[in-house]
Amino acid sequence: MRYFYYPGCSLQHSAKEYDISTRALMRLLGHELMEVDDWTCCGASAADTSSRLLSIALPARNLALAQKSGVSADILVPCSSCYLNLRRAEDAMSRESGTADLVNRALSEESLSYSGGARVRHLLDVLANDMGAGPIAAGLRHSLSGLSVVPYYGCQALRPFADFDDPERPRSMDALIAATGASVFDWNMGAKCCGAGLMTTKKELCLDLVADILDDAKGADCIATVCPMCQMNLETSQKRISKMRGRPLEISIVYLPQLLGFSLGLPEAGLRLGLNLALTRSFTGRLAAMSKQIAAPGR
Amino acid sequence: MQCGTCTGSCGSAARMEHTPRQLWRMVQAGMKDEIFKSRTFWLCSSCYYCTLRCPRGLPLTDTMAALKRVAVAEGYTTDRKSAPFYKAFLDSVRKYGRVRESEMMARYFLAVKNPAVPLSFVPLGMKLMARGKMDLHMPGFGGRGKLDRLYRKVMELEAAK
Ligand code: SF4
Repeated sequence: MRYFYYPGCSLQHSAKEYDISTRALMRLLGHELMEVDDWTCCGASAADTSSRLLSIALPARNLALAQKSGVSADILVPCSSCYLNLRRAEDAMSRESGTADLVNRALSEESLSYSGGARVRHLLDVLANDMGAGPIAAGLRHSLSGLSVVPYYGCQALRPFADFDDPERPRSMDALIAATGASVFDWNMGAKCCGAGLMTTKKELCLDLVADILDDAKGADCIATVCPMCQMNLETSQKRISKMRGRPLEISIVYLPQLLGFSLGLPEAGLRLGLNLALTRSFTGRLAAMSKQIAAPGR
Repeated sequence: MQCGTCTGSCGSAARMEHTPRQLWRMVQAGMKDEIFKSRTFWLCSSCYYCTLRCPRGLPLTDTMAALKRVAVAEGYTTDRKSAPFYKAFLDSVRKYGRVRESEMMARYFLAVKNPAVPLSFVPLGMKLMARGKMDLHMPGFGGRGKLDRLYRKVMELEAAK
């Protein structure tokens, strides 16, 4: 399959490994990604604090760029916040003709326009539903048998647009994880919020939310994520949270495409596990034993 | 309606001065001062749980965003971090089209004028830099921005509404 690819700002910098592993995994599975030419920021959770019109015009600019290329393909988005914003722009413009008109007047400043019909897809949706567990099971190089993996979905991939999974009890990662040979950790926090962008301005609140998530994941080997904000929030304050809660809550956090890519035998250049901020020694040790390919970054 | 499903679904409610349910009652009663003297709506992470579950189908998350917009537009500064942070973000996007995290944070630090704020981000910044996940960019003020035309037109259209 061919997809437009909208990486979004985080994947350029702090979430490089998510970008690299997504591209490598899709290539390995025989899919082609066409990066949206000249794409710009979706506005994240900031645009809506300034202007609703801006919060739709910023993502719509990217839908217009994809449309302008003349190719018809779904738009693949790995970041949940970007996915929500692009999806919301498409939704608002197709349902509110007044909004579509205003946004197009703004876009016309750059000789762009968007006439509707974009299919915005989260990476997890594409992996679970276009591809499914079959190719993982068929291409398995390093079985993750013995590892217990926690599926963490977060919010904005699931809500408010429940396009591809149950927004309260999501399951779409289960079959993918099981296909690697790992077991799926049974827990209740898969759809709970990590605080997202509030980590910058409301740290105490965020630490509480993350602590509840890490607490419920205790006993597993790693948490798999599908969003750069979830990943960062779960990664960065584990020591402080362990102290806060009075028990060790350190756990490895990996992006889902890193985990799947590893099991399919992608080399470190296509995984970049060395860039992750939270990998325990025992976890990297076990991966190394499974493959001998991973240079354990430790921490 | 005051069923409290929003409050029960909200991970932030425990730290809010007014729970979402109380806040909606205050909105209905037009208690503008009390609402904007609180920081309740700035604690909304846009997780959309309340919107998903609201038995009346009310767009609660979008309403939280609308309160943030009013607070910014009318200059309420009860919350000293939120408005400067989102402004720094949007200014960075206007200028470069894409967020440069270090540049955006530098703008934010300049705006909050509290040295404790940048210091608290040093450990994370070091970790990111050590892994080549953060390039250092100092904010460029003035000059043309990549998205100037789009921003200007949006503001013009908003003003004309
Ligand atoms: S969207 Fe905001 S108000 Fe609603 S449940 Fe989530 S954090 Fe609470």
